[in-house]
Formats: sequence, structure tokens, C-alpha cells
Amino acid sequence: MIDLNEGKAAFLNDFERQEAFLSRFGSKGLHDLRRSALSRFEELGFPSPSEEEWRFTPLGPLTKIPFQLSPNGISQRESEVAERLQPMGIAPPDAVLLLNGRCARPLNSAGLPENACVQPLLLALSEKQEFVERHLGRYASFETHPFTALNTAFIGDGAFVYIPKNTTVTKPIFLVYWSQSSGEPTVTHPRTLIVAEESSQATIVEVFLGRPNDVYLTNAVAEVVCGPNASIDYYKIQDESKEAFHVHTLQVQQSRDSTFSSHAFAFGSVLARNEINSVLDDEGCSCTLNGLYFASGHQLIDNHTRIEHARPHCSSHELYKGILDGHGHGVFNGRIHVHPNAQKTDAKQTNMTLLLSDDAVIHSQPQLEIFADDVKCTHGATIGQLDADALFYLRTRGIGKEEARSLLTYAFANDIIQRVRVDLVRRQLEALFLHRHQPTGGRTT
Amino acid sequence: MSTATSTIQEFANREYRHGFVTEIEADTLPPGLNEDVIRAISEKKNEPKFLLEWRLKAYRHWTKMKEPKWANVHYPPVDFNAISYYSAPKPKKRLNSLTEVDPELLATYEKLGISLEEQKRLSGVAVDAVFDSVSVATTFKDKLAEMGIIFCSFSEAVQKHPDLVQQYLGSVVPPTDNFYAALNSAVFSDGSFCYIPRGVRCPMELSTYFRINAANTGQFERTLIIAEEDSYVSYLEGCTAPMRDENQLHAAVVELIAAGDNAQIKYSTVQNWYPGDKEGRGGIYNFVTKRGACRGRRSKISWTQVETGSAITWKYPSCILQGDESIGEFYSVALTTNYQQADTGTKMIHIGKNTRSTIVSKGISAGHGQNTYRGLVKIMKGAANARNYSQCDSLLLGDKCGAHTFPYLEVRNASAKVEHEATTSKIGEDQIFYCRQRGISVEDAIGLIVNGFCKEVFRELPMEFAVEAQKLLGVSLEGSVG
Amino acid sequence: MLTIFNLHAKVEDKPILNGVSLKVKAGEVHAIMGPNGSGKSTLAGVLAGRDIYEVTEGDVLYNGKNLLEMEPEERAREGVFLAFQYPVEIPGVSNTYFLKAALNAIRKHRGEPELDAMEFLELVREKMKLLRMDEELLKRPVNEGFSGGEKKRNEIFQMAVLEPKLAILDETDSGLDIDALKIVADGVNSLRDPNRAMLVITHYQRLLNFIVPDKVHVLAGGRIVKSGGKELALKLEKEGYGWIENGHQ
Repeated sequence: MIDLNEGKAAFLNDFERQEAFLSRFGSKGLHDLRRSALSRFEELGFPSPSEEEWRFTPLGPLTKIPFQLSPNGISQRESEVAERLQPMGIAPPDAVLLLNGRCARPLNSAGLPENACVQPLLLALSEKQEFVERHLGRYASFETHPFTALNTAFIGDGAFVYIPKNTTVTKPIFLVYWSQSSGEPTVTHPRTLIVAEESSQATIVEVFLGRPNDVYLTNAVAEVVCGPNASIDYYKIQDESKEAFHVHTLQVQQSRDSTFSSHAFAFGSVLARNEINSVLDDEGCSCTLNGLYFASGHQLIDNHTRIEHARPHCSSHELYKGILDGHGHGVFNGRIHVHPNAQKTDAKQTNMTLLLSDDAVIHSQPQLEIFADDVKCTHGATIGQLDADALFYLRTRGIGKEEARSLLTYAFANDIIQRVRVDLVRRQLEALFLHRHQPTGGRTT
Repeated sequence: MSTATSTIQEFANREYRHGFVTEIEADTLPPGLNEDVIRAISEKKNEPKFLLEWRLKAYRHWTKMKEPKWANVHYPPVDFNAISYYSAPKPKKRLNSLTEVDPELLATYEKLGISLEEQKRLSGVAVDAVFDSVSVATTFKDKLAEMGIIFCSFSEAVQKHPDLVQQYLGSVVPPTDNFYAALNSAVFSDGSFCYIPRGVRCPMELSTYFRINAANTGQFERTLIIAEEDSYVSYLEGCTAPMRDENQLHAAVVELIAAGDNAQIKYSTVQNWYPGDKEGRGGIYNFVTKRGACRGRRSKISWTQVETGSAITWKYPSCILQGDESIGEFYSVALTTNYQQADTGTKMIHIGKNTRSTIVSKGISAGHGQNTYRGLVKIMKGAANARNYSQCDSLLLGDKCGAHTFPYLEVRNASAKVEHEATTSKIGEDQIFYCRQRGISVEDAIGLIVNGFCKEVFRELPMEFAVEAQKLLGVSLEGSVG
Repeated sequence: MLTIFNLHAKVEDKPILNGVSLKVKAGEVHAIMGPNGSGKSTLAGVLAGRDIYEVTEGDVLYNGKNLLEMEPEERAREGVFLAFQYPVEIPGVSNTYFLKAALNAIRKHRGEPELDAMEFLELVREKMKLLRMDEELLKRPVNEGFSGGEKKRNEIFQMAVLEPKLAILDETDSGLDIDALKIVADGVNSLRDPNRAMLVITHYQRLLNFIVPDKVHVLAGGRIVKSGGKELALKLEKEGYGWIENGHQ
């Protein structure tokens, strides 16, 4: 029996050491929030697999590792990071760039419309404290979630995005989180806050990267506030080190007539837990959650999504695809909760998994909880292997076996990739899929 | 109540249009069932000994069986001794052509809009009309005979092709299969028989219309269709029954055998037997066993049904996919209104490698109607790469009806791929109002929506049947545009 | 063309409209703005004949006829078109078939010959260009699986095909991103015509940068509390609805 509480102490100690520094940012109210989040974390501890929400995602290994905060970030030459970002068309000066959880320098804000704001969270907490605190920590509840509690306790640096009323930001906004260990395993708790006011529009790309094979934990929380009629296109690309742990919660609050779409791509880390909670809190909201993940070796990628249909006339569309190879393990848990007065809800959820090896495992759990009677809710789940006929067909045309498998795998993933509206990111994903994630083995039938 | 709702109700409560009784002299056995009755049936039909023995065996087994209770339908117990097990119109004379058929009978068909003459002349459909239990007119037989196709009444097949009957009868639905199949095996009166020899593609849709007519008459049809290697046949079954107060039992058995490689059978049904009145009195009990076996490689059986009638329907047209790469299909529209109950669906049993099956089921419930889809997809150990796709959609009109979906999936081979989708939706006042705001009347709007819902199934029906199916739903066909 | 006089209406027992009066002439575009719950969508619904609303007082004259006495389909055939706030999905019924049934019902009413499939397709193709719609959408079931933007575009496309005399656009801009909004607005602007009147209901002032109205009315508490020109929208934008609501309650 693994004692999950063993690892807890290290985080509590971290907080003690950091507290004086953190308390300098934000009001006393914010710091009270940090402290109550910390005590909530202390009470909750790390969840064990006996808890329904964590049944398939064992945290034993994570709690064994003595992660250390790297309080001052790292003085990293940006060339290594820049090299990884370059294919996506991101130059470090154009992004909010956090190195081990600290922002290296503010972004070059040329090209942003007047009054729009993209900056490191620490800076925003100094310059616009009152406005930021009106939203920060208001949506992502830590009552039942130890990782969110931990992140909230460490609210410090991160990213802040503000799009004012009737403003359209045409260029994608990049938020990049880079981690590496300097000998010791490190931990970061980056926090992102995105506030989009009435009838505004923006595209936001969050990128999580790390030095290959380094051991670290990223425990991130992002809150997105969509004002009335706002339209937010959100992308997340997670390509962490293969030894890293990644826990990420995206909390979305939607007002009347707002449109939110998320496209989440996960390739890295040995264990990843991605949660998306979207609250459709007024009429006319539309929410799209698309996801694509690839797990091979002994990777475990866990996607938990929850869509709250709280009001009538909202729609949600969810499509998650997983590709599992080697001993890769996938978890999909998609909950759609239609509240009693949320009539005319239109919710569609699809989960598709491609198994490339006999040892790969998927746990797929759609959960529809419907308490209104005039709604349209559908869900579908498929689990399958590569089509042997198609594979054979390609080989008769002279395409090698591995290449044919890779091509068909790409074909499976392609419709999610094609939904990406940021050209360079889409091209990078295509390349990533065609070249880096060729099936690596495992017998197939 | 708003206009839209009241029209939906009106639509749901429509009176049965085919309720009339044809007065023809009938030769009827007294009610009740015992071995003597079975001997009498067999004797009247001048059957060979093997068949009488077969019937008796089935009867003896039946007496030990219990009525099935698992279906999601509710009805008072059936008194099997109150039913008359044989009823045939007394032939006035031997019939050589259509003109000799009882004019009253022809008139009945005309009222149903299925005039034999019209069908024969215009659509090239060969019709083997079954009036109650005995076949009274068969058409196009000579033309089919030239190609080696046998298409006749079951009684005739027993007389002229006893070897074929003996070889295939009960080979897909054994006489002991279930309660109603056993009853049918014991007392079946007549039905259709069809044999398509190797390499022959039947040039026309073969068709039979059934009617239940004489009061208190059980109808026990038996249909047997055999398709040899590389052959193809499309068979249409249509049923209407006149209005009666007492419930009538119908327990048919249909066996399809796609015997050879590449053999294909397409079987389409439009069923609008009397469903009972608005209070749920009367109506047909339709307990049918339909099953096909795809024995050849790449053979294919396709069931398409539009079920709008009967008080209670209990029916699962099934495919046993034995041959490698064989294909089974099931397309169904089931409409229940007033107090109708339907528990229907299919079974797809995958035995051979690379077998595929498709299930598309559309249930429409209105009034107090209860509609249940019950489907089994079973992938056996040896059925490598088997594929199934199932789609079950339910449409509700009004708020007193119900739709239930019970899919059963049993997969014993890891390479199988099974997909299931289900939706339930309601014709809402919103949809009707949207149509009206565009200038379309309420009646047309309901027709539009119901037909749209059923489109995937209607598309599978032969043209002339599709038209009848539309009529049965009381709506007009969607145009060819789009 | 349209005269609304002292219109009162309720849903169940809750009064929503409390004496709306409004005159719209042919060729004019009127914008109706107002906070949530002010009765904007109710007004649209009453004009189109939605039966959940009960008119308790007042009159509506449309080209000299009593609009309130007509069935919804009669109003449509007489040229009243409502672009729905939440366009309804009709599974299985193709967009083309639906629109053809609607157009022919209206043409029949006008005593014009029905269009055959070829003539209809020709007309539809021409109108699709206006809304930059993909022909694929024609074959798909009405609004089913359409994105929010596609649904709203489809409404304006239907309007282009049916060529109404009075078009009521109920929050057609809600939930649209800026590109979709421009396409919809371009479509609406191209349908402005000396013989056609439009009632544009919106919650967001942004729309009126793209569809410039002749008159702006503010609806609050089920009554028109302020009318003016285009500049009224700008004032609302700056000051919100507060000053209006406060002054009238």
C-alpha cells in the first residue's frame, strides 16, 4: 500500500518557504485565498484509486518524487526553447514565455489592439490588481480537487489575457510554459487567466514543453471567462518530457451567446491528467471540446471533461480521439450534465480510440446526466484497430508496412488536426504526427 | 391545447382506413387445437406423410412450452382453444386467370390500392395473393418458370417440390425454436415458397399480400425462400386486415436461406394490420419469427420493414452470418399510436470471418403507443474482423407515449468492431411553428418531419413499396430534390 | 406597411408587452434594442403568430390587414418572415426540400406557378452566393449539425429565397464571430429594398455598425421608451441601459 500522503509534506514546506514572496503579489484577500487553498490541499491529500474520479490514474509514483520549486525560474538561454517553438511560428518575444514557472520578460505587445492586454500574471497583479482579482480564483473550485487547491495556494506567475468589449484580436496569442530540472526534479504551478468581454474575439494557444527526458511536474490551472457574445478559440499543445507529470485544469465560464472552443493535443509526459470544466451559464452558449492524444511506451493520458448545461438553448459538441500504442493507457471520462431547466439543450459527445497494440488499454466512460425533458443528447464511443483491408491495400501499392500504418494512423487523427484554425500550428501538428509518432511496435491482429 | 399539439394528436388518433369485411363463403374448422385438428389440416391439404409427422412433432413440443413473457408488451392471455386453425375461401371453380378470381376479392384489393391487374400491367410485380390462408391467384408464374424460378403457394410447393420443402423447412427456424414458431409449425395453413436457382437474378419483385379476414381465425403463414449460388431475389410482403372487435393471433414463420456463395435475398415488409381502436380494443397480435441464414461466402440477406399495424408486435427479423464475408442488414420503421405496443428489433449472429451487419431502426411513438427496440449483436469466437453498425432512433409525438431501447452486445472476438448509436427526439411545437412561419401548413409539416425521420429506411424499400409506406404513415413522399 | 398600436401580450399569466406602438414604412430598417427580458423576442413571436403568446389588447395592421387574425402560415404567405433567434433543427428533411415546399406554398398563395426542381435549384444557387454558403449545406437536414454561424446564415439565405415584404430578424447577430457577422450583415444589406421593411432586433450594439438602421427604438419593460436615429444606439453603447430603465420604472 502506497502512502499517498508522503509527498504532501514537501509541498507544504515549499509553501512555507515561498509564502513571503507570494504575499507581495495581490491583495490580502488573494493571499487569504492562497492560505485556505493550502489548508484544503492539506485536508484532501492526493487522491487514491479508490476515488471514482481517479480510478484509472494511479498517483503513487508521482508522490514518491521529491519535487522542488525553482523559486527564481532559470536563467535559460532561450535558444533551446526557441528551437522548439520555431516550427509553430512562435518567436519567444511574441509569446508570454514562462521558464520553470517564472516569466522571463514581458511580451512584445506591438500588434495588439488598443486596451487589449497580454502579460505575465505577476505584472498584471501589480498593475491591475483590482480587475484581476475580480476574476482570479473565482471559477476553478478547489473544494474537491487537490491539484487545483495546490495551484491556487501557489498563485504567483502565469499569464493574463484581457480582450475588451467589441475587440477582435486577429493574431493568435501564445502562452508558453517551459520546464526543465536542474539535477533535481522540479515543480511549477502556472496560472492563466483569460477574460474576454462582450462581443470580443481572440485565439489563444497554450503550449507546454520541457527539456526531453527531464523529470518534473507541471500543475497548471487556467480560467477562461467568456463575456456575452464573446468568441474564444483555445488551443493547448502538451508535448512535455516523456518523464514528466502533467496535471492541467481548464475552467471555462460562459455568458449569454458566447462561443468557446477548445482543441487539446497531448503527446508528452509519463502521466497526464487533463480536465476541462465548462459552465454554460446563460442562453445561447456554444461550447466545442475537441481532443487528440497519443500514448505509447508506458504513458498514461487521462482526459476528464465536464460540461454543465445550466440554461436553455445551449449547444455542446465534443470529439475526443485517442491513439494508443505499446503499453499506452488512455482514460476518457466525459460528463454532460443537463440541469432541469436547460431545455432545448443540444449536446453531442463522441469518443474514438485506435488501439495499435494488444497491450494498450482504454477506459472510456461517457456519462450523461439529463434532468430536462426537451433536449437532444447523443453520445457514441468506438474502439477499434487499423483497418486490415486498408493496410493491405496500401501495401499492394508499394507502401511499406510501417509507413502504411503511420499513414492510416494519421488519417484517423486528421479530422481533429484539420479543425485547427492557426495555420502554422496545424502544419506543425501534421508534421508531428506523420514523423514523430509513427507506431513503434506491438503486435496487432 | 395549441393547434400544433392538437394536430399531432389528431394525426396519432387517425381511424384505421382499411377496416372493412369482405363477404366470401369460407370453409372453417371449428375452434380448438389437438392432434386431430392437425391431422385434419394435413389431410385437407393432401400433404405427404413426412410433413404430418413434422407437424405432430412440433405440436407435441409446443404443448410442453410456455408463452414467452420477456418482451416489453402487455396483453390478456390468449385462449389457444378458442381459435380456429383453418379457414379457406371455398373455391367456386378452378382459376385459370385473374378474371376468374372472386370479383369481391379483387374489389377488396382495389380498396387497398393494390389492384392485382394494375400491379401486373404497370409495375411488373408478380403477385401471389394470399387471402386468409390459401393462395387464390398467382401471376407471372409461367414467365418465372422459364428461368427455373419456382414461385408458388406453400401448399403447391409441398405437392410439386416435396424434396426441396423437406430439405429446407425448419432448417433456419427449427420447429422447437420458440413457443409461436412451434405453434406455427404444427398448424401452418399456407404461405409462399420461392426457389431461385444458381446464377439467376430474379427479374421482378416478388410480392404477396396477406389479409386476415374471417373472424376468429388464426393466421399461421409459412414462407420459405431459397437462393442458390450467385442468385438474387427481392421479395415484398404486404399485409392489411379489416376491422374486428376481438383480438386475432398471427404467428407466422419466415425462413430465408442464402444457400450458395454470393446469393442475395432482400425481404421487404409493409405491415398495417388492424391495430385496435382508440381505446385499445381489438387489433392483431403479431408474434412472428423471421430469420435468415447466410450460408454462402459473400452471401447477403437484407430485411426492411415498415410496421404501422397490429395491437401488439413481437418480431425480430434476424440474420445468421455463417459464410465468410456474408452481410446482414436490418432496416425498420415501427409506428405505434393509440394503445399499440411494439417490441421489435433484430438479431445479428456473426459466425463467419469478415462478416458485416448494419442495423437501422426508427421507432415512432404517438398517443399512448409504446415502442421498444430490442437488438442482439453477437460476435462468435471465430468471427474475426466482424463489423456491426447499429443506429436506433426514436421519435416521440406527444407526451403519453414511450420509447425504449435495449441493445445487447456480445463480443467474443477481439478484432470485432461494434458501433452503436441511439437518439431520442420529440416532434416539438418549435419544429411545427418553424415550418408554419415559412408558409407550410401543420399537416404538411408533420408529414415532412416524419418522412424525414424515416428516410434512411424508406430508401431501402423498392419504389412501389416506398409509396405505400408513405401512404401508411399518412403523409406524402419527400420529393426527389435534395 | 406595419402599424402596431398599443400592443399588450402575455405568456401564461405574465404580461410581457405593455403597450407597444410602432410604425414601419416600406423601405425602412428599424432596430429594436433593449436589455434581456424587455420583450424583444416576444414582440417578434407575436408578429409571427407564435401561439404561446396571448395578445390581450391592441392591434397590428399589416398592409391594411389585421395581422393578428391570421394563422402563422398565412402571415408567412403574405410576406412576413421571421429569422429565428434559435433556428429549429428538422432532422431528415433536407434544406432544399424544406425551402422548396415553403417557396411553392407562398407562390401558390400569390397565384404564381410552382417552380420545378430545375428552376428552383437555379434560384437557390444564385442566392447562396449572397451568403457565401457551401452547396453541401443544401443537402443536409434543416439546421441539423449546423454551427451557430451556419444556422444564422441559413436564416438569411431562406429570407433571400422567400423574398418577404416584412423581415423580422430576432437576434440574428447573437453568438456570431466577426467574420460570420460580416457575411450575415452583407446578406441583409443586399436585401434592403424600397419595397421591403425590416425590423432588426438585437441585444448587441455591434450589429448596428454593420447594418445601419433608419430608426432605433429602445424596448424596456414591454414598452418602447425611447426612439431616435442611429445616434441613439451610440448613446446606449456608451451609457448602457441603466439611464433608460431608471427613468421609466
